[in-house]
Amino acid sequence: MDSILIALGGGLLEAFQPLNLTMIFIGCVVGLFIGAMPGLGSVNGVAILLPITFLVPPNAAIMFLAAIYYGAMYGGAISSITLGIPGASTAVATVFDGRPLATAGKADQALTAAAIASFIGGTVSVILFTLFAPPLAEFALKFGPAEEFALMVLAFATFIGLGGDDIPKTIFSILIGLVLATIGLDIISGRPRLIFFDITGFMHGVNFLVLAIGIYGIGEMLWTLEQTEGNVIVHNVRMTWRSFLRNLRQIKFYFKATILGSVLGYFVGTLPAAGATPASLMSYGLAKTFSKDPDSFGKGNIAGVAAPESANNAASTGSMLPMITLGIPGSPTTAILLGGMIIWGLRPGPLLFTEHPDFVWGLIGSLYVANFFTVLINLAFIPLFVRVLTMPFTILAPIIFVLCVVGGFAPTQTMHDVWLMLLFGVAGYLLRKLNYPVAPAVLAIVLGPLAEQSFRQSMLSSHGDFMFFFQRPISATCIALAAALVLYPVLRSLRKPVKAEA
Amino acid sequence: MTVRTAELVVAIVTVLISLAIMWKSTELSIGWVPRKGPGSGAWPFWLATGMLLASIATLVRWFLKATPESRSDEVYISRTAVYVVGISVAALLFLLIATHFVGIYISLVLFLFFYLRFVGRHGWVTTLSLTIGVPVFIFCLFEWALTIPLPKALSEPLFYPIYDLIY
Repeated sequence: MDSILIALGGGLLEAFQPLNLTMIFIGCVVGLFIGAMPGLGSVNGVAILLPITFLVPPNAAIMFLAAIYYGAMYGGAISSITLGIPGASTAVATVFDGRPLATAGKADQALTAAAIASFIGGTVSVILFTLFAPPLAEFALKFGPAEEFALMVLAFATFIGLGGDDIPKTIFSILIGLVLATIGLDIISGRPRLIFFDITGFMHGVNFLVLAIGIYGIGEMLWTLEQTEGNVIVHNVRMTWRSFLRNLRQIKFYFKATILGSVLGYFVGTLPAAGATPASLMSYGLAKTFSKDPDSFGKGNIAGVAAPESANNAASTGSMLPMITLGIPGSPTTAILLGGMIIWGLRPGPLLFTEHPDFVWGLIGSLYVANFFTVLINLAFIPLFVRVLTMPFTILAPIIFVLCVVGGFAPTQTMHDVWLMLLFGVAGYLLRKLNYPVAPAVLAIVLGPLAEQSFRQSMLSSHGDFMFFFQRPISATCIALAAALVLYPVLRSLRKPVKAEA
Repeated sequence: MTVRTAELVVAIVTVLISLAIMWKSTELSIGWVPRKGPGSGAWPFWLATGMLLASIATLVRWFLKATPESRSDEVYISRTAVYVVGISVAALLFLLIATHFVGIYISLVLFLFFYLRFVGRHGWVTTLSLTIGVPVFIFCLFEWALTIPLPKALSEPLFYPIYDLIY
C-alpha cells in the first residue's frame, strides 16, 4: 500500500510538470469540445489527433490523449441535454432524462448533475484503478506466449458474446483487422507478405492509424453528414452562481445512483467489447430499478442523468486497466492509445510498470488531475460549449477531413497510406450502414502483430500441438471463457429460432 | 439500391476478398516448416479462411432472411445522403489527386474553398479566413513544429523563401 502511495505521489509530480500540465489542460478542453460535438467521440478525437502528439515526448502525449478521452466523456452530456442528440454514443442514456429536463427549462440542473456525476465517477474509478493495476500487472508478469494469445482470444470473444452485433459480421470484422496487420514484412521470417499487386506501399505494412483515422475520421464524418441533415434545436442554458449552488445541493437525490454507476461502469469498462456505452445504459437501468420512484425515469429524473454519466466516465478509466497491465485494450479508444504506445517505442504489458514507471504512474497521476480540470472547465464554460454546438457541421467536417488527410500522411509519410485511409473510410461507412461493427477491426489491427507472434511462439515450443493452450491453467481458463462467450449467443439463437419473422 | 440488395452485394464482395487473401497467402508456406513452426503464410491463410466462412454465413443468413438488413426494403443510401456523402468523397478524391500534382497546400486551399463556399454555403468571411487559416496552421504544425515535410510536388519552389526563413 505504501509503495503504491509513493509511486502515485511521483506520478502526480510528473503530471504537474509544466509541459505535462499544459497538455492535460489542452486535452481536457479539446476533449470536452469533441465530446460535445455530435458525431465526434473520444475515439475520433484520439485517432485524428494522435499524429500531432509526435510533437511532445511520450509521457506528455499519453497524458494529452488520456485527457481527451476523459474530457469527451464529460462533453457527451452537453449535447445530450441541450440538443437532445447524444454527443457521443457513450452519452445515449443521458438523453433519456436529460432531454425532458431541458424541455422543462431545467437544462442547467441537468448539466450540473452530469458534471458532478462525471467527477464522482472519475474519482471512484481512478482510485479503483490505482488499487487494482499494480497487483494485476504483477500477476500478468508470469504470462508466457500461450497466456498472451489466450488472453487475446478472450478479448475478441467478448465482442462475439457481449458486443450484441450480428455474429458472422463481428467475426469478419475481427479477422479482417488481423489480416490487415499481417501485410508487410513477416516479423519472424522477414519475408514480404500479402503485397497485393506488387504495390511497394504495402511493404511497410498497414499502419493501424491508417485504419483508425479512415474509419473514425473519414467514415464517421460521412456518417454524421448523412445523419445531421435536419436542423437541431438548442435549448438555452442560463447559469448564475446562486442557481449553481442550488443545483449543487441536489446531489443528495442522485448520490447513491452515482456511486453505484461508478463502480459498475469501472468493471464493465474493463471488458474489451463492453465499455462506456453499455455501462451507461446498464447504470441507467440499475438506477431505475433501485429508485423509489421508477416511473419518473424518462420524464426528467435527475438521477437518470447522473447514473449514466458517472458510469461512462468510470468505464473510460476502467478500459485503461487491461491496456496498461495486460496490453489488451478495453475499448476502441484505448486500442488507439495502445497503438500509440507501440509507435513511441514502449511495449505495452505488465513490464511497463517495472520498465517505465514514470510513464505509467504519470498517466495515472494525470487522470486525477484531468478529472479535476475537466469538472472545473466544464462548469465554468457550459454556456460557451452550448454556443459552439450551434456551429454548422459543414464548417467542422472539412477541417476534420483535412486533419485526417495530413494525420494519415504523418506516420509513414507516403501518399499510399493516405489513399488507403480514404478507401478504409468509405468502406467503413458502407459496411457500418449494414451493421458490420467496425470497432473489432481496429482492436484487431493493433493486437494483430502481438497475437501472431505469441501464437507462432506457442506453436513452436509445443511442436504444433494445439493442446498446449489447454495444459496451462491460465490460458486454459481464458480459452474456456472465450468458448463460453462464443457459444452462449449461438445456443441462445438456436433455442428460440428467428422470432422477429412474425 | 435497397438495403437487402446491398447486403447481398457486400457479402459477395467479402467472399471474393477472403478468397483473394487465401490465394495470396499460399505464395508463402502455409504448412509446418521444420524447426521454424508454422509457415509465414499459415496465419493469414487460416484467418482468411475464417473470413470466408463468416461471409458465407452472412450469405446463408441473407437467403434465410435472418438478418434485419436482409428483410429491409429501405433505400441503402437515400438521395439526399448520396448528394452530401458523394460530394464529400468526390472532394476528397480531388484533394488527393491534386496533391500528387500541385502539392498539398494548393490542394487544401481549393478543397476548403469549394467545401465551405459551395457545399456549406458559408459567407465570404468564414470561407476565406478558414481557407487561408487552416493551411497556414497545418504548415506551422507539420513543417515547422513536427518537421514532417508534407508533399508539395510542383509547388515546391514556392516554398524556398519560407524554408530560408524557418530552417
